[in-house]
Amino acid sequence: MTAVREMVDPVPGAAAPHLPAQPDLVQLLTPEGERVEHPDYSLDVTDEELRSLYRDLALVRRWDVEATALQRQGELGIWASLQGQEAAQIGAGRALGEADMAFPTYREHGVAWTRGVDPLDVISLFRGNDLGGWDPVATRFNLYTVVIGAQCLHATGYAMGIQRDTADAAAIAFLGDGATSQGEVNEAFIWAATFDSPVVFFCQNNQYAISVPIERQSKVPLFQRAAGFGFPGVRVDGNDVLAVLAVTRAALARAREGSGPTFIEAFTYRMGAHTTSDDPTRYRLADELEEWKLRDPIARVKAYLSRSGKADAEFFAGVDAEGDELAARIRTGTLEMPDPAGTEMFDHVYAEQTEEIAAQRAAFLAYQEGFEK
Amino acid sequence: MPDLRQFKLPDVGEGLTEGEILQWLVAVGDTVTTNQPLCEVETAKAAVELPSPYAGTVVELLHEPGTTVDVGAPIITIDIGGDAPATEDDTPAAGLIGGPAPGGRTSVLVGYGPKNTEAVRRPRRSGAAVAERATAPAVLPEADYGSGTDRPPLLATAPDATSKPVRHGGLEIGRAAERHAADTEAASGTAVAPGRRAPRPLAKPPVRKYAKDLGIDLTTVTGTGAGGVITRADVEAARSAVVEPAAAETVVRFPVGDGGTAGREQRIPIKGVRKHTAAAMVSSAFTAPHVTEFLTVDVTRMMALRGRLAARPELAGLKVSPLLFVAKALLLAARKHPMVNSSWDEAAQEIVVKDYVNLGIAAATPRGLVVPNIKDAGRLSLAELAGALADLTATARAGKTSPADMSGGTITITNVGVFGVDTGTPILNPGESAILAFGAVREMPWVHKGKVRVRQVTQLALSFDHRIIDGELGSRFLADVGAVLHDPGVALAL
Repeated sequence: MTAVREMVDPVPGAAAPHLPAQPDLVQLLTPEGERVEHPDYSLDVTDEELRSLYRDLALVRRWDVEATALQRQGELGIWASLQGQEAAQIGAGRALGEADMAFPTYREHGVAWTRGVDPLDVISLFRGNDLGGWDPVATRFNLYTVVIGAQCLHATGYAMGIQRDTADAAAIAFLGDGATSQGEVNEAFIWAATFDSPVVFFCQNNQYAISVPIERQSKVPLFQRAAGFGFPGVRVDGNDVLAVLAVTRAALARAREGSGPTFIEAFTYRMGAHTTSDDPTRYRLADELEEWKLRDPIARVKAYLSRSGKADAEFFAGVDAEGDELAARIRTGTLEMPDPAGTEMFDHVYAEQTEEIAAQRAAFLAYQEGFEK
Repeated sequence: MPDLRQFKLPDVGEGLTEGEILQWLVAVGDTVTTNQPLCEVETAKAAVELPSPYAGTVVELLHEPGTTVDVGAPIITIDIGGDAPATEDDTPAAGLIGGPAPGGRTSVLVGYGPKNTEAVRRPRRSGAAVAERATAPAVLPEADYGSGTDRPPLLATAPDATSKPVRHGGLEIGRAAERHAADTEAASGTAVAPGRRAPRPLAKPPVRKYAKDLGIDLTTVTGTGAGGVITRADVEAARSAVVEPAAAETVVRFPVGDGGTAGREQRIPIKGVRKHTAAAMVSSAFTAPHVTEFLTVDVTRMMALRGRLAARPELAGLKVSPLLFVAKALLLAARKHPMVNSSWDEAAQEIVVKDYVNLGIAAATPRGLVVPNIKDAGRLSLAELAGALADLTATARAGKTSPADMSGGTITITNVGVFGVDTGTPILNPGESAILAFGAVREMPWVHKGKVRVRQVTQLALSFDHRIIDGELGSRFLADVGAVLHDPGVALAL
């Protein structure tokens, strides 16, 4: 079947001639914007869908740029940029069905976008106002998890719940390349494999665990690890939104039909810093970034849309204008965000307030008033 | 119209305290758009470009490249008011923003401008100090902003602007802190284990703030809490121990100016007892709705009784003052109307009625107003009350009133009569519901038994918290106090 073949079969048209060959990479849209076919992953996508994929990619990047600027202006405590990883996130997010449940890291702004989460509800977390302003049940998008890899266990547990409910749904856990070295990620793999749980492990290999390059993290390509746990692993061009969409859809369908987990390695690149507290120029070379700019996830969709006549200049100008409106809304919304009350932390510990928490809340209030005395 | 905004150096990397401006990417007069890069800043973690939070015209760059700036300090002024550049001329006149100023500095909107000499790293100081400095009027003399050097440097600093700062990680920061600790130890001559600093005084944040507000150095305070933790009461004790310097010593004189009032105003820093009193009065006046009622009383009989009582062996050697009678009358009336001896608990939404009376006596002392109280005064005999009053007054005059003496009061008397005045409208001691002002006792023409006679008359004024005490209760209480003072025999009936 698919995954095992991917490990050995080179993919035609996988990379530009001047870039290093990327064997085993599922690709449907080349960096130059050429549509190519893959023997195992076909994708029927309408022009309308193509344009809306482009729109998602462009708006999410605009959001990211504005949030980074707001951090540099002292308005956010920190920001984890997704730049370069838009296709991996939009492709995976758009593959999800309504009943599927996503378990993100702290960088899945693109997936949040596809789940209808308001960017300001994500921003409020990075501004330190709350732990995430969205309803994880209503959006089917769990709160951000900062503990590296912990969400893989959450997703696996959730998937085992789906099995017991015999629901027609799947869970998807997002993780980075660095998380694959974590114990709980490997535990999640074992549990999910043993129980054939309906979960997809979607790994964005952005080449760096903060500053540690992938070569120093793993002796084998990450997707090959899945075989050792007993489920398929597939490496997809993470900068190709169409390929990510096709591969993730297939993995989710496989999960829902009861065939167990899949590990997807979306081969991508973090074009910005790990977070705004990081300086990537200290551990990677500028020409590496230049090389990846040629594989930009948004430029190739734009090139394909323009060249094939599926979108015109007016469409692109419209998306740009929409992006600026979004950025303005994010800026205004951030600056006007009210400070939270300190007592809010006691309000959501349990669904119903307990006497002990109420006492703690009262003690905290008294403590706070100690400053005003 | 110019609408000037200042962009303060943000913490771009979680917990940074400062950054070095590597270069400016804009110049004075440039039009900038929101998010346009303004400058490149190097911090302990990263070299980053700072995008503009404003669209407008650059009015002033507040620091030269190579300057290390504390987080929170303004770095650039941008006019978001109009399109026209605020400064057409590259060399503004003296005194204008961007123009020359005394001391080789550039005039800036507020505070001190950067020196126009070689870019030299200015001395490290705390972020708060910089903020204070930046907003201080330029005419004030340079002040000592305190404890900056007592803090360990997070980083070794670049010796000058031309050499690039060393890259730092957590290890270097830790080592820098250790070096600082070692330096401190060497300087102070006290032995500190390697890598350890002299212990910081233990106190909860509200207590730290309280001490800071009062200007009390916590290292000079002995903690009596569990494990040597400094409590609020300890700070209050330390405050009591500090004798305020004479006002003249704290006067800041302005340099001679051309205004008619220059040099004829004293500026006394608000601190210590004055600051505390002010805070208490403001808090009380704006929390409890005050009502004040007045009563004029013929106390001739009471004054006559003084002499008879003073001759009693029980009261031998004790001062039988009018205040003693007022205190006794108030205690008797409070027993009859316990609601006046209560407090308002906003948080609990409860009125706390007290079964005991801690009777506060407002006392003028060399340090200012203090209100010590006599604990459980309702249980004292007249002789014990007289003794307690004498002790309280002597202690207050000596400036030795302890925080414990001042805390827990339930109702207060202020004896304004000793200053020769008739009455006043006292403000409640915070946390209490009533305060009685006792005026001077004067010989006055008074209608006595149908004829105008010379009688000894005084005025009482009772202020009470109208949330708790209605006019009726307040009036009855005041009338009862007055009745006892008018005819001490009434005391037998109360």
